[in-house]
Amino acid sequence: MSLHFELVTPEKLLRSEEVYMVVVPGSEGDFGVLEGHAPLMSTIRDGNLEIYKAGATTPETIRIEGGFAEVNEKGLTVLAEKAG
Amino acid sequence: MASLKALKIRIGSVKSTQKITKAMKMVAAAKLRRAQEAAEAGRPYAQRLEGVVASLASKVTVSESSPKLLAGTGKDDVHLLIIATSDKGLAGAFNTNIARLARRHAQELLAQGKTVKIYTIGRKGRAVLNRQFPKNIIHSIEPGDLGKLSFADARGYADDLIARFEAGEFDVATLFYSTFKSVLAQEPTAQQIIPVAIPQAGAEAETAGIAAVTYEPDEESILADLLPSNVAIQLFRAMRENAASEQGSKMTAMDNATRNAGDLIKRLNTLYNRQRQAAITTELVEIISGAEAL
Repeated sequence: MSLHFELVTPEKLLRSEEVYMVVVPGSEGDFGVLEGHAPLMSTIRDGNLEIYKAGATTPETIRIEGGFAEVNEKGLTVLAEKAG
Repeated sequence: MASLKALKIRIGSVKSTQKITKAMKMVAAAKLRRAQEAAEAGRPYAQRLEGVVASLASKVTVSESSPKLLAGTGKDDVHLLIIATSDKGLAGAFNTNIARLARRHAQELLAQGKTVKIYTIGRKGRAVLNRQFPKNIIHSIEPGDLGKLSFADARGYADDLIARFEAGEFDVATLFYSTFKSVLAQEPTAQQIIPVAIPQAGAEAETAGIAAVTYEPDEESILADLLPSNVAIQLFRAMRENAASEQGSKMTAMDNATRNAGDLIKRLNTLYNRQRQAAITTELVEIISGAEAL
């Protein structure tokens, strides 16, 4: 019952962990990704990425700029040009 | 025969050279670790982006209206060679190897009757190529310390390149840099970055595995957004690889230099001792024969 989430910047792999849900600032609107999400590819706008760990009620936010998000059967990968 | 004094001075100078090369080796070793980590940390992004670009590109049909970065200009006449080296020497064959590969490439292209333009990043590459192709160099960048380059810098170079491409200055761009394999092995590499080289077989295999993917916005817009980033990323990766290769190469070169200096000191010391002994013997002989004469 968890989503594999990876946050990668050109500098390094920032996160690679199991989380409950991630809210991504897509260029056409925010979207939340849970486990078993349909395959999706979206560009992202500058904004905050919200990461909900299992059981946690308040999300951890990471500011990201430019890039895109990809959801496939392996999980969610966010390729951001700048993060943190 | 050098005098005793001259020999002593010579030994002193070799010793201080050895101190310097030893220190440079230590510095290179420390920098290498950081550069190597950085090069390896940057790989996941570049690989994922490559995969995404490949799978997207296989879905979009190449037509007149598709982005030029993907489809190319339809010509193959003007080649741009982007040569990434470092600004500093004393790194063994690092710069020479990259420049040599680029030079060979340029000669082949010229033999085929193509126009070659050269874009150098790094002072050392420029120095070598300037000798042979002084008229072909269109632009040079001096990046300074390779290890300190950020993605924003690479982005700047990429924007400049793309602007030149859009202006029709060249049709194909190839990037030359050195891939870091290990401390002892760095391989000069040529990689086509404009238009994007698409690994056909891999792309098909990958798309077969993915079910209907939703694209937001549509494929073309994502691709148009991604392609310039891809150029920047490839450049950035090349810089990172170069930074690690440079330090690796420098470390090996300085290690060799330190060892050579050690050998030289040993030889000079033997010579010095032999001469000193010879001088003492001569003096003794003089004193003894002087005493006998009395």
